[in-house]
Amino acid sequence: MNSGMAVVLDNVAVDRTVRRLAHEIVEFHNGVSDVVLVGIQKGGALLTKQLIREISNIEDTPVKWGTLDITLHRDDLGLTGLPSAPSGSELPDIDNRIVVLVDDVLFTGRSVRAALDAINYLGRPKAVRLAVLVDRGHRELPIRADIVGKNIPTAMGDEIQISELDQRIDSVLLRRGENQ
Amino acid sequence: MMTNEREYSSDLEGTSFSNEQSDLVWDHEDVLDLDDFTVQEIETVIALAEQMREVLDRRIARAPALRGFTVINLFFEPSTRTRASFELAGKVLGADVISVSADNSSVVKGESLIDTVKTLSAMRADAIVMRHSMSGAPYLASTYTDAAIINAGDGSHAHPTQALLDIYTLKQRLGSLRGKKIVMVGDISHSRVARSGIWGFSAMGAEVVLCGPPTLLPAGLNDNVHVSRKSSNLPSVQVETDIDVALDNADVVMALRLQKERQQGGLLPSLREYSKLYQVTQERLSRAKQSHVLMHPGPKNEGIEIAGNVASGSNSTIEEQVTNGVAVRMALLYLLAGKGQVGAN
Repeated sequence: MNSGMAVVLDNVAVDRTVRRLAHEIVEFHNGVSDVVLVGIQKGGALLTKQLIREISNIEDTPVKWGTLDITLHRDDLGLTGLPSAPSGSELPDIDNRIVVLVDDVLFTGRSVRAALDAINYLGRPKAVRLAVLVDRGHRELPIRADIVGKNIPTAMGDEIQISELDQRIDSVLLRRGENQ
Repeated sequence: MMTNEREYSSDLEGTSFSNEQSDLVWDHEDVLDLDDFTVQEIETVIALAEQMREVLDRRIARAPALRGFTVINLFFEPSTRTRASFELAGKVLGADVISVSADNSSVVKGESLIDTVKTLSAMRADAIVMRHSMSGAPYLASTYTDAAIINAGDGSHAHPTQALLDIYTLKQRLGSLRGKKIVMVGDISHSRVARSGIWGFSAMGAEVVLCGPPTLLPAGLNDNVHVSRKSSNLPSVQVETDIDVALDNADVVMALRLQKERQQGGLLPSLREYSKLYQVTQERLSRAKQSHVLMHPGPKNEGIEIAGNVASGSNSTIEEQVTNGVAVRMALLYLLAGKGQVGAN
């Protein structure tokens, strides 16, 4: 592991945080019968699957969920070299339901803006909420999360790394930027 | 670190994996023909087209990745599907699309191709989709503009987007093209579809067979032997003038339009004789594999190169080809835009 890397959430802490997020989602919406969890590809999609497992332990109603690819709704095409390949969206009907957008890291807010744009073309939900595992600050748009796992103060040049193990988020690491 | 563990960083949005920044392989500023495409590049287009097809099949078919980009269709020859297909592809991705056809443009007043391209370029066109009756015209155009040039058919030379949509359609039906026998029947010598198809299908590992009357086979191909790359510039293909032999055990049969507008030279005794000897009919198709795929790039002359009941039969992919064409063109516009060429102005 590189030097200058600090563990923000280890695997035990990730599990605890996911469990709390699951409870908050259920509490916030009075159950999950109206809710569709929508994971933003690809970190949010992993987190969504973890949330579903936790929710199934506390609720009898199975929670509806899907994944959302925002590649074609980003605002930086042509600015960052070769675009990435979309991985496809798979969503249940979201009309008149409450969409809970799920992402791993909330940073500038541009992913969420793109996701809201994508949702707009896919249906008309009753409401859209945002749940994230980590909020690292530095928003460039007026967007905030409704449900947050952990707030991590960072500098602009820092990097949050998510390590994935067996199709799930295992731990969250922080690498400090160069100019500090 | 464990082998099934990987890390990704949130340097942009927390969603980009540092070890797989982009799995797309693409190194083109223009799309002129498939002769300079690698297999990985063809596969990139197909993989992206699959994603675009998902967008296209949505209730609200729109993903505005190309907003602010301008695509100009410049057509010096008639077209329904290619032109509408590019217009739709651009619009679904949120681009501004304008179509100019030569017969009501300043071309009628004698403006040269180079001037026309320079004019459109000066209007900040990001991509120019061009169809022209002269082989090579898009190559000339590409040297006079920074806009991406997409060849939508040049003379009898190339029609790369058609070949890509055919490959996509075949991958959907057959899984892989490797080792598959693809027979193209008809007016090979005037066919840009056939030429781009030969490049594309061969690259994907298919065995290409060309079939038509000797007068409609290009020189250098019609000697009934495997032609070497050296003598023809094209990949090796098999040539067969007897349609019944050609269709034997075929996986794919592609009927090509008899180009009546390019038949002034007396290459055929009569249309009637042509259709009698070379029309793709149900009876002839019984020699092909039962699960064969029947293709036609359109527009078709039913009753000449293809029988009506065959064109609308269950083996036919003619309508799928059209839908897939939009998806493939979306993929190409997206790739060219991401390359930084489109939008560079």
